[in-house]
Amino acid sequence: MLASPLTSPAVRLGLSVSAATGLYGISFGALSVASGLSLLQTCALSVLMFTGGSQFAFIGTIAGGGAGGTAALAATLLGVRNAVYGVSMNALLRPRGWRRYVAAQVTIDESTAVGSSRSDPGETRRGFWTAGVGVFVLWNAFTLVGALIGSSLGDPRAWGLDGAAVAAFLGLLWPRLRTREAGSIAVVCGLATAVATPFVPAGIPILVAAVVAVLWSLWGPGRPRGAKEERR
Amino acid sequence: MTVWAWILLACVAAYALKLSGYLVPDRVLQQPAMTRLTMVLTVGLLAALVVTNTFAHGQGLVLDARLVALGVAALALWVRAPFLLVVVLGALAAAITRLLGWG
Repeated sequence: MLASPLTSPAVRLGLSVSAATGLYGISFGALSVASGLSLLQTCALSVLMFTGGSQFAFIGTIAGGGAGGTAALAATLLGVRNAVYGVSMNALLRPRGWRRYVAAQVTIDESTAVGSSRSDPGETRRGFWTAGVGVFVLWNAFTLVGALIGSSLGDPRAWGLDGAAVAAFLGLLWPRLRTREAGSIAVVCGLATAVATPFVPAGIPILVAAVVAVLWSLWGPGRPRGAKEERR
Repeated sequence: MTVWAWILLACVAAYALKLSGYLVPDRVLQQPAMTRLTMVLTVGLLAALVVTNTFAHGQGLVLDARLVALGVAALALWVRAPFLLVVVLGALAAAITRLLGWG
């Protein structure tokens, strides 16, 4: 496995994905302290939760005035896809013993994407572990940097940190809008959120959107093919 | 419950979801309905988070500098800018808009 790690395309891909993803830990760290969480809470989210979208959902709900329970629920719902990633990586890697528990923690969008982009089993393993461990290390390091910078900035609005949050969520959504159905889901759930906002406490509109999404997945006009195309 | 308690609970749930993929038999989670739910839920929730972070102010909807940030971020994504640049441009757009006296 370690014979020629740097000549392995999977390792190189894993390292570049780690660098790109790890760096935006800066924005998570800064936004998290701007939302009112402490440095320690911010770092705990990156070490223990370690799934970017869910982390942003947690702090985004808190920043919007939502309760801790709503934030935790939104984060958990957004993490459901990791269960499916776990199944596919389990099928490809078959980790045994303690490795299975470590593999679970580093199972995220990026490690699954790099791992499953390789057809050779050895490359799949190297790609998954390089991206998983690489992103984990850099994401946590840059979360700390962002939290330290962010807490010394003063008024987060003057620096446009709320604009950064908007951009971050759009950036997470964007690559998933490749099918027409995905675009429709985004519009319908976005509208449901906006309509619900004046009528329910902060944070709850996100859960209204989650209910709409579940209903859509059960009865929406989706083709099975459309659902499959979205998996990466 | 305190924020700390919710953070830890959410972290346990996040790990349990990841681990379930390695423990649950393939046939349960690889059903098309499950795959589809995952896709729809992820897109729906991210869209909801875009909307609340752009327009919500407590229980009201407002148009402010965050709308400019959204537009600039969309333009940056359209031309395939990398994620970090998109975030920085979003922040700059909001900051400059406020500097100019709106939002």
